[in-house]
Amino acid sequence: MFAVLHALTDPWADPVGRRALFEVALLGVTGGALGCWIVFYQLSYSAESLAHALLPGLVVAALIGAPLLVGGAAGLIVAAVAVAAAGQVPAIGRDTSVAVVVTTLFGAGALLALSPSSPPGLQGLLFGDILGVSNTDLALAAALAAVALVALRLLHGRLLAVGFDRLSAPGLGVRPLVIDVALLVLLALALLVAVQGLGNLLVVAVLVAPASAARLGSRRMGPMIAASAAIAVAAGIGGLYLSYYAGTAAGASIAAMLVGAYLVAAVTARLP
Amino acid sequence: MRDSGAVTSTAALVRAERLAAGYGGAPVLRGVTFTLRPGERVGVLGPNGGGKTTLFRVLMGELEPLAGTLEAPGRFGVVPQTERSRLDFPVSALDVSLMGSLSTLPWWRRPGRAERRAAREALAAVGLEDLAGATFGDLSGGQRQRVLVARALVQDASVILLDEPFTGLDNPSVERLEALLDDLASEGRGLMIATHDVDQAREWDRVLCLNREQVAFGEPAAILDRAVLEATYGGDIVELPGDHDHGVLPPHHHHH
Repeated sequence: MFAVLHALTDPWADPVGRRALFEVALLGVTGGALGCWIVFYQLSYSAESLAHALLPGLVVAALIGAPLLVGGAAGLIVAAVAVAAAGQVPAIGRDTSVAVVVTTLFGAGALLALSPSSPPGLQGLLFGDILGVSNTDLALAAALAAVALVALRLLHGRLLAVGFDRLSAPGLGVRPLVIDVALLVLLALALLVAVQGLGNLLVVAVLVAPASAARLGSRRMGPMIAASAAIAVAAGIGGLYLSYYAGTAAGASIAAMLVGAYLVAAVTARLP
Repeated sequence: MRDSGAVTSTAALVRAERLAAGYGGAPVLRGVTFTLRPGERVGVLGPNGGGKTTLFRVLMGELEPLAGTLEAPGRFGVVPQTERSRLDFPVSALDVSLMGSLSTLPWWRRPGRAERRAAREALAAVGLEDLAGATFGDLSGGQRQRVLVARALVQDASVILLDEPFTGLDNPSVERLEALLDDLASEGRGLMIATHDVDQAREWDRVLCLNREQVAFGEPAAILDRAVLEATYGGDIVELPGDHDHGVLPPHHHHH
């Protein structure tokens, strides 16, 4: 009995573990709640694209010693401009232009990050460094969670109306474009903050997997958001345990637990 | 609740004068002149692409008129086609009805108890109080249309625009919705109903015939003759044998 308790609390015995715990809880609540709207607005592909496209910004920031947040934001702006410009080329569809820009930027970022002259630790940008979270990172994640949850609560009715029927939303006094932009801004903020803990390749998992799992068992938006946030936090904590006891990489363990939660939900939903 | 949106004076709810509208280029609709008074049901007839949707968008204020004048002082509610809304969306009939409160509340206010009560009463008014908790996508086509009517009631709309509300409904649902629309009109609301069913529109107070321009506006008995229908639907009308005056029907368009 005591041994079990000990095994459960052991990973949080030192500050590194505790900070990681708080970080996954904050990112889980934010990503789980925001992810429900990302899934219903069919923005999963955009989320993944944005996450990948901000990699060169992060790498350049790390190389010149600037804050990662600044680099990531610059990367997002460059990506947005490049996507818009590529979309102007005739005979290239929107999907294709996004894919071309994102692949180019991600490739450039990976090339910079993995070149022999790069300082060690840049690989952390790809796979995250949840155990290296500082108190500043934690404060940032807490601020993000507060902003995102307040915004989602205020916008709830409008997000619902636009997602339900975009064309008739103006008749209710709701402008779909404003709602779209608000959601994309929240997505960009969430990616900027979460990418440092979970890494460029895995950050999308926390946005898409819990919401997809929660959707399978929910008939209303409110409970779905609550379930999604709970799944995200639980999978995050589970991933940290897995990482602690199995010695696996923390970010990858969390992503595996998130995807595992979705698979369990999908199988359960098919059972009679 | 049911009386609060009703306008009792006989002042026009909508007055349009030589209205023209379009999407940047040449007008796709012109010369629209009509009046909608409280308690009137106006059938809006025309082929697909004839300008019905464009007219509704102008009335809603989504499109600026290119020419002409429009006076529309009241609150507008829209009942869109339900195939357009997402049936997999996790919302109940009550959630959809409650969306009507978005246009009456300031943006930072969430719907509270008063709004929920109004949404329930609106569902009761359309005969769906027992299905308030049902998922919208699980309802029948006719029930979904009535939920959307309830949403317009929550908006407290004095004018309700209905975009082909009868498409795809079975006969009992059509009769039920027609009776509901009659009730709304008798409360003093103005209704504009886009439809492909000329015979149905004959039962209403006015018809507005559009084919990229206004063909006619007036009482159905006075204006719905063969020449007007041909001008409205082009050469596509179908003649029914035996009746040479009223026995014409437009082709039914089911692709949206």
